[in-house]
Amino acid sequence: MGMTIVEKILARASGQKSVKPGDVLEPEVDVAMSHENAALVINQYDEVFSGTGLETKLWNPDRIAIIFDHRVPAESSKTATNQKKIRNFVKKNGIKKFHDIRSDEGGICHQILAEYGYIRPGYVVVGTDSHTTTHGAFGAFSFGIGATEMASVWALGVVLNVEVPETIKIIVKGKLPENVYPKDLILHIIGKISAQGANFKVIEFHGDTIENMPMSGRLVLCNMSVEAGATSGIIPGDAETAGYLKAAGVTDKIENVLPDADAKYCGIIEIDASKLEPQIACPHTVDNVKPISEVKGVKIDQIVIGSCTNGRIDDLEIAAGILKGKKVARETRMLIFPASWSIYKDAMKKGYLEIFSESGAIIMNPGCGCCLGIHQGALGDGEVALSTTNRNFKGRMGNPKGEVYLCSPAVAAASAVAGYISSPVKGEN
Amino acid sequence: MAKVVYKFGDDISTDAIYPGRYMATVLPTETPQFCFADYTELNKKLNSGEYPKGSVIIADNNFGCGSSREQAASTINGHELVVIAKNYARIFLQNSINLGLNLITCPDLEASVGDDIELEGKEVVNKTTGKRFGTLPLPEARMAIVEAGGLIPYTRKKVMEKYKV
Repeated sequence: MGMTIVEKILARASGQKSVKPGDVLEPEVDVAMSHENAALVINQYDEVFSGTGLETKLWNPDRIAIIFDHRVPAESSKTATNQKKIRNFVKKNGIKKFHDIRSDEGGICHQILAEYGYIRPGYVVVGTDSHTTTHGAFGAFSFGIGATEMASVWALGVVLNVEVPETIKIIVKGKLPENVYPKDLILHIIGKISAQGANFKVIEFHGDTIENMPMSGRLVLCNMSVEAGATSGIIPGDAETAGYLKAAGVTDKIENVLPDADAKYCGIIEIDASKLEPQIACPHTVDNVKPISEVKGVKIDQIVIGSCTNGRIDDLEIAAGILKGKKVARETRMLIFPASWSIYKDAMKKGYLEIFSESGAIIMNPGCGCCLGIHQGALGDGEVALSTTNRNFKGRMGNPKGEVYLCSPAVAAASAVAGYISSPVKGEN
Repeated sequence: MAKVVYKFGDDISTDAIYPGRYMATVLPTETPQFCFADYTELNKKLNSGEYPKGSVIIADNNFGCGSSREQAASTINGHELVVIAKNYARIFLQNSINLGLNLITCPDLEASVGDDIELEGKEVVNKTTGKRFGTLPLPEARMAIVEAGGLIPYTRKKVMEKYKV
């Protein structure tokens, strides 16, 4: 029987000829990523070895990546102390894929894994972050795990007791209309299948819309697959994947893992992208999605552009195009945080940062920051945010008495100028 | 037997269970104080002991959706709450099993705050209404971890096998 991409990857990683949904495996891990929660992973890892009489020993420091992004620079002495502990661990264990709080190597973990070429098609990738699904954009099986599970990976190099997930095939056809972006597409999909529609399953994306989509857009789709509950999103590797990795400095041969023609899917969904309008996820669940025409006019206190979802250079380019020569509305504040320092510097060279600062927007340092209400950019009681980030749960942006709407960078920029939810399509407001 | 102290709906996120602003706190000994921090009354009664250890919280679908933060499991574990939901999000479910948290999957449960709940074998019994409800087992793949008492002892055994201690 034919296999899906993830079934093929898991068969390879566990040394089997073929696997099927429900099989329990111990796949070998190619990349194991953590951020500041490595502090907890270190505790659990020490605990694993405690009482064994063994010295702690990482299975392979070269496959471990640690990137500081959730609280950079540290917002509290507690965080700074955790970061110091991780830095010492990294040094002691010779972990090279370490990205500290520096403008020559730093950024959000998911963007760093992508732009440093750490991922390849066919890899098994785990990360102590739910948005680890992002790397499915490279044709890898990439999923989030908890800190204790990561401690187990650090010690053994395999993920224990993985049940082969079923796969949903989503076929997207047609050209995205002007002002409609991959973010709108994934919000539409999440709204359609619900926040639990893909729980314990993989979403495999196909169709000409996906084939014609640059890596930046594919990263958006896979990043937010977890908001439908998916274990991972995945997109078959192709020339676009190889081209991106080559530009990232990868020189080894790229071998794509493609699904068999007779692979078995637990569901097939077809979507016509050519008829979409910009989409908005309304408070307080990501699947509460409406076309913009139904929510236009909601007054916004804070606009956010950034995150591992939509903080890449093309997102900033879209925003700069809309904000050029315009001002952020007087009663609205705008925060922009690029997904990495290399994007920040690229945006500086291209003049986008100047456009943003002339418009009244605040340019923040790359990191996760206000997306999850950890530091900076918290909402006041009763305030409303419109954000290109990935979650709008109650309390997400630091205040349970605030509301968060999610959208594309184009809608965010157009709404920043208007002061209320506003379409980027000219003449539609 | 224990009382239901709170009834949640669908899609209770890890941000609701353990808000992001407390994520710098990681140790299981320290996370319980922030359990359901934005549900002010619930948090207060858990911390004061007015809701004793072993109390029951019930929820509908997709409990624990969102982030991979293990604090969401350790904070509930610290109060030794019994969680009964229709179903769970994947990472939260796995984190809970890894830490030995007692998650019960009961798709048809009918109960209200204040009801007395008893677990009898594979059934949840609502002693207040007299109704009994079937439960679903944890994923087969995870049973070995449950039986070992959590992922740390399970991994420790594997590490000792690997290095032939």
